[in-house]
Amino acid sequence: MSRYFTRLRVRRTYKLQGRPTSEDRKLKRSYYESFTIAVEGHPNVTTVSLGEHILIEGDNEDNPYVAQLLKLFSDGETQKKAVVQWFVRMCEIPPMKRKLLGREPHPQEVFFYQDRSCDSEVDVESILGTVQMKFLPAEAPFPETETKDTLFVKLSWDTKTFSVLHPDLMQPPQNPKTPPPASQRASRGGRPTPDPAVMNSAMSSRVSMSAGKMSVSEAESVHSASKLSAAKQLSAKRRRAASGPSVRKKLELHGLDKKVTGAEMFEELLAEDLETEKALAQELSASPPRAISISVRLTPLKSPPSPAENKDRFSLHPLKSSDKPLPASPDSKSLDLNTVENDAFEPDPVQSSGRTPRRREATPRRFNLRGQKARTPSRRKDSVASRETGLAVLAEEDHEDSPVQPVVLATPRSKRKSAQLVSSRIRKQLNLLGNELLSDGEEDDPDDDENFILSKMIMQSSSEENEEEEDETKEDSEDELVVKKSRRKTGSRTPQSAKKSRASARTPRKTPSKKMAPSTPRTPRYATPSIPSRTQPARTPGNVLEEARARLHVSSVPESLPCREQEFQDIYSFVESKIIDGTGGCMYISGVPGTGKTATVHEVIRSLQQAAEQDEIPQFRFIEINGMKMTDPHQAYVQILQKLSDQKATPDHAAALLEKRFSNPAPKKETTVLLVDELDLLWTRKQNVMYNLFDWPTRRHARLVVLTIANTMDLPERIMINRVASRLGLTRMSFQPYSFKQLQQIITSRLNRVKAFEEDALQLVSRKVAALSGDARRCLDICRRATEICEHDASDKNTTGLVNMSHVMAALDEMFSSSYITAISCASVQEQLFLRAVITEFRRLGLEEATFQQVFLQHQALCRVEGLQPLSVSEGLAVCQRLGSSRLLLLEPSRLDVLLRVRLNVSQDDVLYALKTD
Amino acid sequence: MSKRKSRETHMTSGECVSQVQRILRERFCHQGLPEKPVGLDSQYKHLLELLKRTAVHGESNSILIVGPRGTGKTMLLSCVLRELMDINEVQKNLLQVYLNGLLQTDDRIALREITRQLNLENVVGDKVFGSFAENLGFLLEALRKGDRGSSQPVLFVLDEFDLFAHHKNQTLLYNLLDVSQSAQAPVAVVGLTCRLDVLELLEKRVKSRFSHRQILVASSLTFGQYLDNVRSQLSLPQDFPDARFGQEWNDSVAKLCEDKSVEEILQKQFNSSKDFRSLHLLLLLALSRVNVSSPTLRAVDLLEASRLCTVDAKANMLHGLSILELCLIISMKHLNDIYDGEPFNFQMVHNEYKKFIQRKSNSVHNYEKPVILKAFEHLLQLELIKLVDGSSSKTQREYQLVRLLLDHGQIMEALQRYPQCPTDVKQWAVSSLA
Repeated sequence: MSRYFTRLRVRRTYKLQGRPTSEDRKLKRSYYESFTIAVEGHPNVTTVSLGEHILIEGDNEDNPYVAQLLKLFSDGETQKKAVVQWFVRMCEIPPMKRKLLGREPHPQEVFFYQDRSCDSEVDVESILGTVQMKFLPAEAPFPETETKDTLFVKLSWDTKTFSVLHPDLMQPPQNPKTPPPASQRASRGGRPTPDPAVMNSAMSSRVSMSAGKMSVSEAESVHSASKLSAAKQLSAKRRRAASGPSVRKKLELHGLDKKVTGAEMFEELLAEDLETEKALAQELSASPPRAISISVRLTPLKSPPSPAENKDRFSLHPLKSSDKPLPASPDSKSLDLNTVENDAFEPDPVQSSGRTPRRREATPRRFNLRGQKARTPSRRKDSVASRETGLAVLAEEDHEDSPVQPVVLATPRSKRKSAQLVSSRIRKQLNLLGNELLSDGEEDDPDDDENFILSKMIMQSSSEENEEEEDETKEDSEDELVVKKSRRKTGSRTPQSAKKSRASARTPRKTPSKKMAPSTPRTPRYATPSIPSRTQPARTPGNVLEEARARLHVSSVPESLPCREQEFQDIYSFVESKIIDGTGGCMYISGVPGTGKTATVHEVIRSLQQAAEQDEIPQFRFIEINGMKMTDPHQAYVQILQKLSDQKATPDHAAALLEKRFSNPAPKKETTVLLVDELDLLWTRKQNVMYNLFDWPTRRHARLVVLTIANTMDLPERIMINRVASRLGLTRMSFQPYSFKQLQQIITSRLNRVKAFEEDALQLVSRKVAALSGDARRCLDICRRATEICEHDASDKNTTGLVNMSHVMAALDEMFSSSYITAISCASVQEQLFLRAVITEFRRLGLEEATFQQVFLQHQALCRVEGLQPLSVSEGLAVCQRLGSSRLLLLEPSRLDVLLRVRLNVSQDDVLYALKTD
Repeated sequence: MSKRKSRETHMTSGECVSQVQRILRERFCHQGLPEKPVGLDSQYKHLLELLKRTAVHGESNSILIVGPRGTGKTMLLSCVLRELMDINEVQKNLLQVYLNGLLQTDDRIALREITRQLNLENVVGDKVFGSFAENLGFLLEALRKGDRGSSQPVLFVLDEFDLFAHHKNQTLLYNLLDVSQSAQAPVAVVGLTCRLDVLELLEKRVKSRFSHRQILVASSLTFGQYLDNVRSQLSLPQDFPDARFGQEWNDSVAKLCEDKSVEEILQKQFNSSKDFRSLHLLLLLALSRVNVSSPTLRAVDLLEASRLCTVDAKANMLHGLSILELCLIISMKHLNDIYDGEPFNFQMVHNEYKKFIQRKSNSVHNYEKPVILKAFEHLLQLELIKLVDGSSSKTQREYQLVRLLLDHGQIMEALQRYPQCPTDVKQWAVSSLA
């Protein structure tokens, strides 16, 4: 893909051009028609006027935002603002919705964005430059792209569905009194049009260079341009004709009408572009390839005869030709009409610029033929009307969205009596909407396995993403191949360029990863992380106990989380209100392990996502990071960035990018819900990770909701410095350990009528666990173990098959009884004797610590009493160390030999008890 | 045919002995798996069932196998896996990852090792690419993408499990156990450790994610079983090339085990430790004394081997000391008796020695003080005495505090066996006034 300025950190200066066309006194605004972008260190100035399509700096540097400039005004002294109409790329559409398109999106496809809630005012400073945009009818195929620069619009996206683009929307809404931009008219005059081959070669070379290469065709064009003599030019032309396949194709394409004028136009154009190309040649030799790519890109834009317009026109040629052979499309009749019209213009290349508006006129007619007969053909009126309705809708929606309106807000909240209510409501609506959704190809089953399907969908979309990425790399490599070929061809002819090509091949590549991706898997980026799938399918549970065990596994996601209704509701309303208001906030959730903190938050997010799918609340993104799942607190930035925009960066860079993202008034921003699990591990000495996490939500444009989870209730007070704790705020929630009744309810709800446990057994488990920790995981694990013991028993003797008290007791014993006593009673004679000697020595000293020497004396005495052969010191030490390695004794780690201090790790009573039973 | 057979059966005794040595050495050193673990039936069944469920049903599990050293934890696991791998369904599916806390000393190394053993896609040959953070992310992503039904179960065996608990934040344990408790790729985490208090090492979040299944392996072996084991370990297999020699050897072994002195030796060994490894060492030493001239294992061999095994580590060192050094040690012993184990310095030792010299000037040579100091320093180097912690090096060498690292008994025994020890010194050792 091509790269834009941002990486280079070029300084750009923006200047509003001309006089204000109108002024709004009330808002103290003066409106302008165009402005210029001057790049520092480069003489060229890009002019951007109303109606042009522009690129706007976003958080993804490879894919800046696309928009159309609608208004331009200066707000006070320094503030330059622009009102834009957004277009979205496929990658900006939430992954869940991407498949609504129903086909593979074209890599350069964008969608007309219709979301009134989105902020359409941007800083002029964030505009990067212009871009070409082509509106295609929905059924037309994408033209063979000669450049990677042109974007295509077919459909519009209104955050819910893709719809066919209304033809009127394609026109820049301009005030009736403003004349079309001057540049546009200038191009209509008899100015010489630049040869398309030149344009194309410039463009193709730009593309290839952005991949870190210097194209030979580019080098050659420069080379030839510097020499103006006619003879040389002829040879240059010949050479160019043969240089790159794309160029040749273009020449053939325009062959008929261009052949005659080709040479003259060439000359003129070359004379015109000579200055810039010279500069270019210098740059080529001096500056790194990245810089060149920019300067070349700017070249067509800056020249007075509005090359943007020209380019548009040229690119229309292939479009039309590809448009024509479409007999299979349903509206072939309208197409015929079009072709008649087009044919009339075809042989006249000079007038081709006039075709653009006509073609646009033709488009609504096509629609008319399709059945919208009642529509007035007057385009302007219509567009005004539509805009008005659009505004009305906007106003209405504003009303709805605003938190001042109590009705809307009250309704969902009042309904939210409990978690069950919410989910049941969602389920009901799912049932109602089921048919509609299914017809859309969306498999939403309102049954229990909703979640399963949800996760499956996510997985699908992610795999699609991967494929996209792969496609991209493939394209890249193909591009390279083309460049290589052309280089080889020309390189053999001109020694100079050959040298250059070699030099370029040696230049350090900025993107080695992309280059090497197909050959060496050095980059894990392209490796898909996956565990190989099993050759034989997993067995499904066979009997009741196995079924119960599967249900009791901690990993099985329950249909609902019982006993956490209150917490669910609180978190739900917190997040929902923030999403609806488009604001940000923090929440701190604490509780001992195994009390369902993370599970509840996930449940909330699932419900909210369902609600968002039903369009009850705006779309939002959910990102989860876990302090335990990263190697370093600063990795948090990297992970957030990667999950947010699929970019990879170093921690510092990621922090800077996120900072930019959350502090700039970025357009089309949906609320981000960030779950930070195990917060305490993000602690650093300066606490800057925590500080940033809690500071971002307070930014005006951030729209970030941060939910943090940790174990201790007083974490903010204990480890956070004041400025961090203050930003975390006071929205706290603590999850109490489960009581025995709750634990019982959890097990019962999980078992869900699978009869595997006796009532008493359940009660015993839950009481025992509640008394110890209140950890639901523990409870489930014990139950699972009890079913195993039961199964084991049942195979021996035929019992009821239900898990009863004895099984649970056995499981509890296994898990909670300490193994010390068993270990002592199984120890060897000398080891037992040594333990006894330790106790004797402790009693004698009245201390809980003795040296090995002292204990060893006792040990020898005991040996004599027991009638055993006394051990040597070495053997005695070996015995002592063995006991120490299993931690029955606590020993010092240093080499102290006989002076080793010995302590017991078990209570003396336990030791005596264990020895007595032996 | 018959001729060749007869030649085969009548190997020279040298060949036979070397054959015996080869077979038994292999048995003692390679720690071959027994047919069935002795006395661990319930544990065996528990572990087998658990791992089978992971392999066959895709259920995630975690378990700890705890037991003192040499009780057969690894043997138990290997036996279970041997049986498990016989099941065709398991054989094709189960992925195994072995980690050892002594080798993978931090999470970075452990992660690389896991990635390498799982042969994920960022592995080329034996190299794992990517940084620590990338590796962790990659592995977690890989595990997260799997699900119960479709992906291969992974068995993680963490030997010396307690050492993993010392890694920073216990990141690896948290993540492995978290995977085992969530609906991701099925994993079984099996930890082997000799620390009985291993659960106390786990951080509370890690602990909560651990299923608290523990298998305690403690050998409840009786001496009878122990003796049977010795017999079977020493016996030659039925298909020994020279049948007659094999028979003779087995008979001698059977007779040996009934010998009173041998039984005593084995009883002592059994009392000291039920560990089979130490038994194997003992038998190996005895076996190496078998040669052509004495082609059977005798009680004497075993006795000698036992003596070698149980010999005191410091006894030989004391035999190598000079009379002067021995005298210094004796004076230190007296100082220990007088001051009840308090540390002493060279000057005190010197004074004690001088007193003895004054009394018995005729029998022991009177050395100069620098010579005595040199001898003292030699003892320090041999670590028979040790500087007290915290005694700064600024103090003069004569006044640095030291402690004696020898026991009473050790000194007395060394004196008994010391060749040509002057009687005066011996007497002095018994009583400080002599």
